[in-house]
Amino acid sequence: MEKTWNNKAWFLVLPVLVIVAFSAVIPLMTVVNYAFNDTFGNNEFFWAGLEWFDEMVHSSRLHEALGRQALFSAIILAIEVPLGIFVALNMPKKGFWSSLVLVLMALPLLIPFNVVGTIWQIFGRVDIGLLGHTLEALGLDYNYTNDPIDAWVTVIVMDVWHWTSLVALLCYAGLQSIPQAYYQAARIDQASRWAVFRYIELPKMKGVLLIAVLLRFMDSFMIYTEPFVVTGGGPGNSTTFLSIDLVKMAVGQFDLGPAAAFSLMYFLVILLVSWVFYTVMTSMDRNPSDIPEGL
Amino acid sequence: MAQITLKNLAHSYNPHPKSEADYALKEMDHVWQDGGAYALLGSSGCGKTTLLNIISGLLTPSHGRVLFGDRDVTDAPTAARNIAQVFQFPVVYDTMTVRENLAFPLKNRGKDAAYIKARVDQIARMIGMEAMLARKAQGLTADAKQKISLGRGMVREDVNAILFDEPLTVIDPHMKWELRTQLKELHRQFGHTMIYVTHDQTEALTFAQKVVVMYDGRVVQIGTPEELFERPAHSFVGYFIGSPGMNFLDAEVQGDQARLPGGEIVALGARYPALSGRVQIGIRPEHVALAAEGLPLAVRRIEDVGRHRLLRGEVAGRALNLVLPEGGALPAEPRVAFLPSKINVYADDWRVAPQEGR
Repeated sequence: MEKTWNNKAWFLVLPVLVIVAFSAVIPLMTVVNYAFNDTFGNNEFFWAGLEWFDEMVHSSRLHEALGRQALFSAIILAIEVPLGIFVALNMPKKGFWSSLVLVLMALPLLIPFNVVGTIWQIFGRVDIGLLGHTLEALGLDYNYTNDPIDAWVTVIVMDVWHWTSLVALLCYAGLQSIPQAYYQAARIDQASRWAVFRYIELPKMKGVLLIAVLLRFMDSFMIYTEPFVVTGGGPGNSTTFLSIDLVKMAVGQFDLGPAAAFSLMYFLVILLVSWVFYTVMTSMDRNPSDIPEGL
Repeated sequence: MAQITLKNLAHSYNPHPKSEADYALKEMDHVWQDGGAYALLGSSGCGKTTLLNIISGLLTPSHGRVLFGDRDVTDAPTAARNIAQVFQFPVVYDTMTVRENLAFPLKNRGKDAAYIKARVDQIARMIGMEAMLARKAQGLTADAKQKISLGRGMVREDVNAILFDEPLTVIDPHMKWELRTQLKELHRQFGHTMIYVTHDQTEALTFAQKVVVMYDGRVVQIGTPEELFERPAHSFVGYFIGSPGMNFLDAEVQGDQARLPGGEIVALGARYPALSGRVQIGIRPEHVALAAEGLPLAVRRIEDVGRHRLLRGEVAGRALNLVLPEGGALPAEPRVAFLPSKINVYADDWRVAPQEGR
């Protein structure tokens, strides 16, 4: 059938274009503007070209923050994804207990980020915090305000506490959608528990796991509020992640040009890594030479 | 391989069953002979799948015992029973290739690689999937996936029984015939006990030596296809087997005569004892014929179904179907007669045995 061409149809997408422009494109463009110009206030801009990018690419401060950030995200993913799957596998499947567990699991997700930070900031304090005080009473030398390792452990445990639920709930939803017949067939085939996980549960969870990994990567790579409230990026610079550094640079030192260049690169890194995750996870288990459907 | 015995078996999904209606499976005693090919026939929801899952151990019965040979396996897990089962909808392991899928049950039992390869090749030939062995199971058609499921069910040679739970539902009609033939061939070759659940009577009658008919959680008759046709033990069997099913007419039975509500007399092939409850006579459409003398027939509709014609009409105000030979005109005031030796008598839906030889 011949398609009808009508250019007036473009007006129908106009509202979306306008909304996206005001909510995303134009604000991003101001950042782009700062990244390529220098300003001394008064709304006067001087073209700087790639100078800020050059400076940032060679900045050891940025390299260190990026290294810390990558390490943090890697640890977070390595803990939260397996732990989330493990929790989901052991959650009750139906009845009263499943509802109760679902509510309990969702609780940490409902707490505002700065409140989570405050909770752990107090919880970990050696003088009045339950965790810090207990650890000290047990004879452990724990103090997140002056020991970098303790600060890292605190921030990681806090993130695991806050976000493992998300991974677990997503995996739980994936598991619940597996028809009983698969488990029955596995019992008939005498599959081991591991084989059931490897060949039934994991493949069926792949879709939700992709979402979980992407969400956890992006969120952990952009983390700001919780570590800022707990450690303020310290001791020293040991927990200064990318966004904490960025805020220091932009708001603390008012270096808008370098901060804008930094932001753009930060954004591109997240985009790139997410794309890599997505591509790798969706191309797994594909047929090498996908022949057309039908025999 | 072993004979499978069900002893006082019953099952209720309700943990505290109060009445008989709470039971998905009413109490039954039954022996599945070693090496038999059985069809389990019945309408949806009559307990066929429940019975199958109890035999394979996916479900533990709430009452009674299951025996394989002399061994009580009621509480034994599925793995210890060495049973193969094929489900109604295809179950394949998506991330495995077709070959790995077929090899999976053998691999889990620790068979050696050479044997597995030979056996998988043999099964692949049987289900016509040799060309696809290296392909991932993901993305295959439902047809192909179900053939893999069937193949996985047949790949183990030493199983006690193979259970099929309506396995051909999703398969194309022409492929159905072929696979059913393959199953029969397999049965001839290896002599496994096979139980084949279906609600399709053609499938049941062509596959099985013995057909087990279930109705409302109960086994109502076990017999050869011929027995089910000639002497249905329960009115459900009469309705369910045959196309169309048996005709039932309310009647009063005295000796070797049945009196219909309008006073018409029908001769029976044998003498019957005095009966109570709701008494009916049952006659197959194939055993009703047009006759000069007999019951007046009101014709409603005639359907040409190929080799014969089907007449749907009424006798004494009750629906009655009969099979007419092809050709030949219908008289203006048709009358029908029943073949006395083919009439069965039912009291409260159960067949009554005649008093003397038939």
